[in-house]
Amino acid sequence: MFVLVEMVDTVRIPPWQFERKLNDSIAEELNKKLANKVVYNVGLCICLFDITKLEDAYVFPGDGASHTKVHFRYVVFHPFLDEILIGKIKGCSPEGVHVSLGFFEDILIPPESLQQPAKFDDAEQVWVWEYETEEGAHDLYMDTGEEIRFRVVDESFVDTSPTGPSSAEVASTSEEPPKKEAPYTLVGSISEPGLGLLSWWTSS
Amino acid sequence: MPWLGPRVGRSLQPRKDANSALLSNYEVFQLLTDLKEQRKESGKNKHSTGQQNLNTITYETLKYISKTPCSHQSPEIVREFLTAMKSHKLTKAEKLQLLNHRPMTAVEIQLMVEESEERLTEEQIEALLHTVTSILPAGPEAEQKKTTGCDVTMDEEDPA
Repeated sequence: MFVLVEMVDTVRIPPWQFERKLNDSIAEELNKKLANKVVYNVGLCICLFDITKLEDAYVFPGDGASHTKVHFRYVVFHPFLDEILIGKIKGCSPEGVHVSLGFFEDILIPPESLQQPAKFDDAEQVWVWEYETEEGAHDLYMDTGEEIRFRVVDESFVDTSPTGPSSAEVASTSEEPPKKEAPYTLVGSISEPGLGLLSWWTSS
Repeated sequence: MPWLGPRVGRSLQPRKDANSALLSNYEVFQLLTDLKEQRKESGKNKHSTGQQNLNTITYETLKYISKTPCSHQSPEIVREFLTAMKSHKLTKAEKLQLLNHRPMTAVEIQLMVEESEERLTEEQIEALLHTVTSILPAGPEAEQKKTTGCDVTMDEEDPA
């Protein structure tokens, strides 16, 4: 579920950090900029793996800080298509089952990708698999906190950069506050044998 | 013009070659554990506002990975596993999933190996399971399950 991504960036080191080793300052700046952030079409950045190349550092007129072009590799969370992952159920809503990995929370399993037949129990706000056996339908609840094995079937990146003034005006006239979109979401599926709550498939 | 990340400057240019850059959970586990040790030793600015994001993500990721089978792996075990896998003719992504998950049942193998019904016979699946479970150590969760049993039946087994 993790990949190593090669990136290039220019790192600015302010003068008061010049006494420190350049590599340490650069590592700290890169982690400050990227750790726990989503880069569009790349994934969720975890931490710096290594620095592969440092080009010459320049000081520009008017700015006492040094600017160094750095080639580095970063550990990024980006599961590949069809990968099997295990997470915890965060909750259920009519949109589907929400799953979390702890460090990444935006995973949704839509109703059509659940083990069929499935129904949404409004009273308990939980999705239920109506498992058919010879004795009749056996309801299996997808409770919060349960561990669930799922397959990644789709991902979507949304650009959440701030928008310009014109669209902000439109947003302020509408009644609700603008909906916060997650920059990176995964869509999962559990409609195969072996997928779903781990407790459904452990052999007695 | 290509779109670039939300709070990341326009100067950032990622170049990615999908397959060759895959990391196993064990490698990330090692990296984060070493990073934690390093930061503990250097002490001073772990709590400065800039480092909060790094702290959060490394803590949460380490917490997640520690509960998977990879937390008990070592470079020797991984090497032994990959050598044993050579005869089974699986793709890189399939071997990675087996390494990360340590499947114990045939149905899990079928999930991780594409078109397994056509590529593997029942005996081959059994052989694969045997290789996986004998070389890779069980994860912390599996050991817990052995002692507490599962929901439907109470398995009274001695703790390993």
